[in-house]
Amino acid sequence: MSNIKHNASDDAEFAKPLYTPIKRRSFFMYAGATAGATALLLSGCDDDNDGGNPIPGMVNVGAGSVGVLNYAYALEQLEAGFYTTLRSGAYYMGLAAGSAEKQIMDDLYYHEVIHREFFKAALGRDAATAKITDDLKPDFSGIDFGIRVSTAGAAKLGVLNAAKAFEDLGVSAYNGAARYLSADVAGLNYLVAAGKIVSVEARHAALIRDLISEGSFVDSDVVTTGTNGLEISKTPTEVATMANNFLMAGSKLNVSGLV
Amino acid sequence: MNFFQILSEIEKTDPEVFERFDSRRRVFQHMTGFGKKMTAAALPLAMGAIFNKAYGQTSSAPSVNDVLNFALKLEYLEAYFYNLGLQGDGTIFTGAGSGNTAITPAQTAFRAGFSATNLSSLNKIRTDENNHVNFLRSALGTNAIAAPAVSDFDFTGGKGGAGGPFTGVFTNPALFLAVAQSLEDTGVRAYKGGAPYLASNKDVLTAALNIHSVEARHASRLRTMRRGGATNNQASATAGAGTSASPKSWITGQDGGGASPAQTAPIYAAGSAPAYTPAGITFPAEDNVTQGATDTKPGVNLQTALASFNFPASAFSEAFDEPLDVPTVSAIAKTFVKTGVTLFG
Repeated sequence: MSNIKHNASDDAEFAKPLYTPIKRRSFFMYAGATAGATALLLSGCDDDNDGGNPIPGMVNVGAGSVGVLNYAYALEQLEAGFYTTLRSGAYYMGLAAGSAEKQIMDDLYYHEVIHREFFKAALGRDAATAKITDDLKPDFSGIDFGIRVSTAGAAKLGVLNAAKAFEDLGVSAYNGAARYLSADVAGLNYLVAAGKIVSVEARHAALIRDLISEGSFVDSDVVTTGTNGLEISKTPTEVATMANNFLMAGSKLNVSGLV
Repeated sequence: MNFFQILSEIEKTDPEVFERFDSRRRVFQHMTGFGKKMTAAALPLAMGAIFNKAYGQTSSAPSVNDVLNFALKLEYLEAYFYNLGLQGDGTIFTGAGSGNTAITPAQTAFRAGFSATNLSSLNKIRTDENNHVNFLRSALGTNAIAAPAVSDFDFTGGKGGAGGPFTGVFTNPALFLAVAQSLEDTGVRAYKGGAPYLASNKDVLTAALNIHSVEARHASRLRTMRRGGATNNQASATAGAGTSASPKSWITGQDGGGASPAQTAPIYAAGSAPAYTPAGITFPAEDNVTQGATDTKPGVNLQTALASFNFPASAFSEAFDEPLDVPTVSAIAKTFVKTGVTLFG
């Protein structure tokens, strides 16, 4: 709402019939028509620029389709940064050539970098001026890149613990953000694009979980196993709270436009 | 412009104009989704959209209920499959102690062919699929299709006759895993293809996506089990070759045609866009590496654009799963129903 400049005369013209007395018009006419008018006015109230409330020192992803793309781009930057960093850590360096785990970590690195570059390209093409920085600064100080799986109560996450956190978070984030894509045809295309990625993230998440504990691919912390069998999706606000633990000051995400 | 004058004029020739709006209240909810640029200047366009919704010709695009009922059919296909193999008489179970829980001697023998973790995993998948059926039925309410009979299906692929390609599916653990992977990978593509038609109802869309990713988790686990072998308790420790017999947990190219190429190749091949498909959305084969097309812009060949990264070619297809259209999914699903059953057309 911050920088909308309503045209006063347009507003007056538009609202005028609402103030005139009801004559022969039916109730339905007003019920239906005012619902329409309200919808139009409400949608007109959205911020016309990037959406969301700017917060100094935070990265505002914006609103609508561009907001979702920026949000996904930020998460993919985080994931790609993680899999890139781990390649120089003791855990990865110690993996035997040809081992399953080496292959898996390599694939995850490739896939997440490709996802990151995909969003970078898509945003650069469709919303260059609204694209967030290409250089979000991760904070992986809570991860020990020398440890495969951390012991209970350890101060830092092991590599697989962190991978699990990122992959599960990614799945819940995509599922929870799709509703904020705009309803136009471009938005439907972005929806399919996000769908193409989220199922790969889910495949990753399942395998990483199995590496930590065989057969934990759909445990109750990520799926409502006792009831509907649905992934537990997260709102952008919930996701940002978790993701921001892995981002430096100045690179933390503001997702207030995705509501 | 006078919105009310227009409505009044229409009322003279169509007294039901307001009922059209009222019965289509979603029109107005939908309008809010048009987003950023809706100002008084855009009103004529918006009104065009309202009238298109109220008077527009019936499109052949699937409705929300159509998509959910199609998903429900696929969930029956999956749930009956796991039930018949592992526990009960095939029919959907609705909760602990509600029946359908007896384990037959044949099922006991079959279950013994899996490692403990693999059997546990299969039971988790089975539970999810039964829950998906119940969830979709509850979401659809009285619009839900009648439950198909268990006897409508033939998971040997023999269409009710002898000698189907998957003969022994409930006695041979490797074959069971092969069919299971095929069903789950199909489900992932089907939900992805259906998502655009759910976008008008955000809660339904989110729920469907929350099933979609669970199907992908299942597919991943089944692929892991297949490359490790049915009796392997640590299947995730086995590297995949990215081939039909030893898949990775994700889809490499077209996966060599899948678990049983003569039957399963279409699961990884291209679909074909029905006429109602929104512009820009296509159904390429799983080895597709061109992504990001919209209704107005072509996609980007990522393998070419990112050549400087020197990644293996396979990574560019693995990083994206592809959607599949309803007719193609139906043709795949018909592999598992008997001749004369019209569940999938």
